[in-house]
Amino acid sequence: MSEFLQQLVFGLAIGGVYGSLALALVLIYRTTRVVNFAQGEMAMFTTFIAWSLIENHGFSFWPAFFVTLGIAFLLGVGVERLVIRNFEHSSHLTVILVTIALFVIFNGAAGWIWSPEQRAFLGPFSAAPFDVGGVAIARQDVGVIAVTLLTVALLWAFFRFTKLGLAMRAAAVGPEPSRLLGVRVGWMFAMGWGFAAVLGAVSGMMVAPIVFLSPTMMQAALIYAFAAAVLGGIESPLGAVLGGLLLGVGTTLLGAYVDVVTPELELPIAFVVLVLVLLFRPAGLLGRVVVRRV
Amino acid sequence: MRPTWRQLAGHGVLFAAILLLPLVISDFRASQFAYVGVFAIALIGLSILTGYTGQISLGHGGFMAIGAYVTAILSVNYGVYDLLTVPLGGIAAGIVGFLFGFPALRLAGVYLALATFALAVIVPSLATALGDRTGGTAGILLELPTSPIGALSPDKWLYYVTWAIAIVLFAAATIFVRGRRGRALRAVRENEIAAVSAGVSLTRYKTLAFGVSAFYAGVAGSLYAILNFIVAPGTFPITLSILLLAGLVVGGAASFVGVLAGAAFVQFVPLYAGDVVGRLTGIGDRIGLPGGGFDPTTPGVPSVVYGVILLAVLWLAPRGAAGLAQRLGRILRIS
Repeated sequence: MSEFLQQLVFGLAIGGVYGSLALALVLIYRTTRVVNFAQGEMAMFTTFIAWSLIENHGFSFWPAFFVTLGIAFLLGVGVERLVIRNFEHSSHLTVILVTIALFVIFNGAAGWIWSPEQRAFLGPFSAAPFDVGGVAIARQDVGVIAVTLLTVALLWAFFRFTKLGLAMRAAAVGPEPSRLLGVRVGWMFAMGWGFAAVLGAVSGMMVAPIVFLSPTMMQAALIYAFAAAVLGGIESPLGAVLGGLLLGVGTTLLGAYVDVVTPELELPIAFVVLVLVLLFRPAGLLGRVVVRRV
Repeated sequence: MRPTWRQLAGHGVLFAAILLLPLVISDFRASQFAYVGVFAIALIGLSILTGYTGQISLGHGGFMAIGAYVTAILSVNYGVYDLLTVPLGGIAAGIVGFLFGFPALRLAGVYLALATFALAVIVPSLATALGDRTGGTAGILLELPTSPIGALSPDKWLYYVTWAIAIVLFAAATIFVRGRRGRALRAVRENEIAAVSAGVSLTRYKTLAFGVSAFYAGVAGSLYAILNFIVAPGTFPITLSILLLAGLVVGGAASFVGVLAGAAFVQFVPLYAGDVVGRLTGIGDRIGLPGGGFDPTTPGVPSVVYGVILLAVLWLAPRGAAGLAQRLGRILRIS
């Protein structure tokens, strides 16, 4: 039983990481209708920046964490303004490829600047476990869950209670009327990309102590995050987080308790389940079904 | 549309160039151009699915893997002559693709992209898991290719085989998308509701497009296996599917020129992205720009160059190489 709880908490921690990256995808999808394949690589890139601040510039973890979030925001805004903006009127397929090109560029740039080898990335949480009623729960896992959920809650509050959040939502729902009401729609889109990059940076800095820091560290996470976003319904923020947690817990428990499931089968099984779910709920668990009779 | 004389002449020149090219290039180059032929076949298939019916596939590398494993297993374990397994590889992938078309019917846009992406993830993992049949992570080693014609080296023989198949399959695809069927496929892409109202069966055309497209990818995969003479899960990474989609968009509309340009992009740009930097820094050093002594083989640099080239192509030629060729043609008044 105690082992089960440990696995469950680990699954929730990993799921929180998938969930926040998935939320970043949803945020960008809702604002600019783009599936950003570069999301994971941007997260990885900003995590390298955090690592560099800690290793080369004498920062301790939390100051580095917040400085990195600021840099990530600027990076996201910059990418939207300088690249995505130019493809505003291009076809869907072209925009997908633009984000794939960004994926390749960020991946290459990280390898170029920091070399492609794996590095240890020390997180802020000690390895010493909590003792909860006789069950040893890793402090690290609880910390990751707390940080990701707190970020998601803050973001929700921002969109719900601030004027800027409202303007951003308005720009996403109706760009034309928002423009007439004086909302600077283009900048709202850019800020959507900025906040998504911040979420990605959080997920990157939380997962790096678990999987080691390297240019490929977010690729599996991106696939899971994509799956989580689609599972939850690509337009539903709550669905993305739920989808992430479900996938995290599901794959962890499968890997731990079902003998036939070797690590290389975890991803395929997750995908088969996902495609089956989509067959019964084509718009995801919490997605809105667009009624269309054919 | 019936092809005009000018179009026929243009294709004639292209085919002649393909026929004569091996006479002037080395075996190594011939094998590289044979890979271009393989990617051309996969891209013709992808353009039937994505170009004509508008269904995105991020999973064509998975279909290629199916064809490749069919060829590897039949030729190594059952001693079938490798080129005879090519149609079987295509048919196996085609059946999987046709069946995949049914669940795909219910999915659109991002959801379909994810489902096809799943295929690209699953096939290599399954190949690893079914170790006793597929050789696990190490894969299957095929026999080295031999040439039945003494005057031709094995590389050039495979070049001709690949391109002959590519040209025949291109002609078949042109016939496939002509007339009523082509209009139906395009109607599905433009507006599903209108297509159904006009009596086009979505089930029929979408699954058909998936099946035919996967058949092409399977044939390409089989040929890839023979050329590469090793088939392992790592031979068909997820990036291959993405590269193919990039090739399709870079190539542009479903013309032979577009397919050739896209296939060349898939084969050569990742290979030579590093060289581009080398040349540029060479020039920079000679004219005394700062930053001399920069090592272009630094890891990561080729990827950055590749990404930038892809962005530049998407930006400069939004309708792909075929669109660019048309525009050039209009300027020179030849098309």
